[in-house]
Amino acid sequence: MGYVAIKGGGHAIEGTKAVFDYLRARNGDDASPLGRDVIENQLRLLHARVLSEGGVYHPKLASLAIKQAQGDTLEAAFYLRAYRSTEPRLAETAPLNTGAMRVTRRISSAFKDIPGGQMLGATTDYQLRLMKQELLDESPEQFKAVTQGWFEGLNIDSIPDTFPKVVDTLRESGLLADAPHHTQNSQDFKKSDHHRAQHSAPKAEQTPFDITRQPLVFPVPRSAALATMSRAEQGSLLAIAYSNMRGYGDIHPTIAELRVGYVPIYLPHPITAKPMEIGEIEMTECEVVAMYEEQEDGSGSSAASNKPVFSLGYGACFGHNEVKAISMAILDRALQIGMRDGPKNPSEDPEFVLLHVDGVDSMGFCTHYKMPHYVTFQSDMDRLRATQKKQAVKSDDTAEETV
Amino acid sequence: MKLQENVVNKNEHFGFLDEYAKKEIRRATLKAVAIPGYQVPYSSREMPMGRGFGTGGLQLTLALIGKGDTLKVIDQGSDDSVNAVNLRTFIELTCPGIDTTSTTQSADLIQSRHRIPEQPLREDQLLVLQVPYPDPLVIVEASEDKRKQSHGEADYSRLLVKLYEDLVKFDEITISHRYPTRINDHYVIDPSPIPRWDVSKLNQSPALVLLGAGREKKIYAVPPYTDAEPLAFEDVPFRVENFDDDTGQRRPCAKCGATHTFLDEYVDSVSGDKVYRCSDSDYCEQTLRQSVERTLELTPEQEKQQTALTESATKEVIHGHGHG
Repeated sequence: MGYVAIKGGGHAIEGTKAVFDYLRARNGDDASPLGRDVIENQLRLLHARVLSEGGVYHPKLASLAIKQAQGDTLEAAFYLRAYRSTEPRLAETAPLNTGAMRVTRRISSAFKDIPGGQMLGATTDYQLRLMKQELLDESPEQFKAVTQGWFEGLNIDSIPDTFPKVVDTLRESGLLADAPHHTQNSQDFKKSDHHRAQHSAPKAEQTPFDITRQPLVFPVPRSAALATMSRAEQGSLLAIAYSNMRGYGDIHPTIAELRVGYVPIYLPHPITAKPMEIGEIEMTECEVVAMYEEQEDGSGSSAASNKPVFSLGYGACFGHNEVKAISMAILDRALQIGMRDGPKNPSEDPEFVLLHVDGVDSMGFCTHYKMPHYVTFQSDMDRLRATQKKQAVKSDDTAEETV
Repeated sequence: MKLQENVVNKNEHFGFLDEYAKKEIRRATLKAVAIPGYQVPYSSREMPMGRGFGTGGLQLTLALIGKGDTLKVIDQGSDDSVNAVNLRTFIELTCPGIDTTSTTQSADLIQSRHRIPEQPLREDQLLVLQVPYPDPLVIVEASEDKRKQSHGEADYSRLLVKLYEDLVKFDEITISHRYPTRINDHYVIDPSPIPRWDVSKLNQSPALVLLGAGREKKIYAVPPYTDAEPLAFEDVPFRVENFDDDTGQRRPCAKCGATHTFLDEYVDSVSGDKVYRCSDSDYCEQTLRQSVERTLELTPEQEKQQTALTESATKEVIHGHGHG
């Protein structure tokens, strides 16, 4: 009779947990449980994705979440988020300087030669997607051989730790507006500010919007949009960004720079208040350049220098996740247009994008349809029957042949 | 609701949420009570259960419950539904020192999904409803920004047009549950997916009713003794679910015999017949227990009389506000 009427729902719930865990361990006596470092290293990109969508940089718990969720990214990110809810916000970090990133990969599709050069690093971009059958039965020896001798013949000293940023070059050449500078009290975000937009007017928000402590009430500042997209579900973000790329939008981005690497995090020392490095995080950052646009004054120029410049879209997320960073950068650009001129496409509509890209929200609501809805369905049937009855009377009255 | 020792042990905090989160929810709640029916935005933390599974209600409960409180959790009118069990287990786990009950009268805090108990609530009780869609205007306007403006202007004309169009197309208002309800003559709320049957229980309710939408990040309230009026037309009154059979007789609950409760419809797996039973399992059991007690004391004739009497009395209490 369905699971409302059955007594002892508690036993049933315990049963679901037990069988879920059983499936994790069922592959027999030879199997060993997944270790934390195995997940972090061998499932590196899965791990990065969960870190990013979970919105808390905790590599150890991200591994645990993946293990516990048996690889479901939505679930695993959810565990991290729920963990985060129990932790108070104790301090704020200063804005990160990604120019000082210890880079493992950086490319630009805007220029062949960029200061420091292209550095491809680890990517599947140019790999043939053919099955490597030999990995099916990889022996521990073969596995170890992959890393042995990796550094031999490499002149490590010749590799710089970091590279100058391409957007700085663009700015110096006058192709891009200056970076936003901080102004006083801009956390009091007003609709009028919002329409003036932040895309080339060099004005940044003093205090970034914290989406974990404030609800999104539209219109929202750009920092709220960026934070929301930074921990968005990758597939959702990609789908909406792709709609813009295909034609429901007009960004036509060029990747000024995509960089992956490690950025140091500083917190003020509790006594001296001097910034102290507390560790580093791996992140992916993407800056896309789009065509110049007509400016507010109709001149097509930046307010500061009064000449036309390219517009910029920004994306960044925890871990190595290039598709996400690029999608986010495109959507940032699209949303800035939408905030300024009103949305012409779904990808330019802040409400549409920002309220539909969160994996925890969307998967939760999708899942909830599996819960009993007997009461509401009873009401639905009542309405349908009442309508059917009335319409039947009506058609009897008109006494016509067709039904 | 009472002062509490908030640190349960080193790792587990009373009520799961950190104190800043609880404080924010309490402040949003106060604002919601002060502006009846207004949807107060709040940051809404992720809970360890799915968005859509009652996380808004849960955050309210966790921010308001204290040691010594007695909690009842229901889903679809039942204390034994899997989700009710799940929520109750979690709250018991994170709030040591509280009591739980399935008896409506014994609870001081009731968290519910899709139903308001049949037993009338008292001033010293608090009802928390779980909300999937906090905004009744969502059926006519997708943009939250625009909806917010309509609420501010108390402009519900498009909702009324929707009701009118229903009448033109179907001869009936087709909104079956989540029936738009005007609170204190201004804001129209989505009263959560309660059936129309339960809407009148909001009107002039002695108990405070709090509504929490976790995913949509809103808290709103129907304060005690506040008007709650379902949208309708002068010549087309609001109607609740009809449980009459083909002859026009009100169907009784197959289990307890009550003829004044919201019923669930089942198909009997053996006979294939339709069976109707109270959706509120606690109320059904109480009614059944009372009638068994009476049967033991009274002759069948006496019992029949007695049942008829109590039923009409209860009916008056429950549907004293008009509809029903």
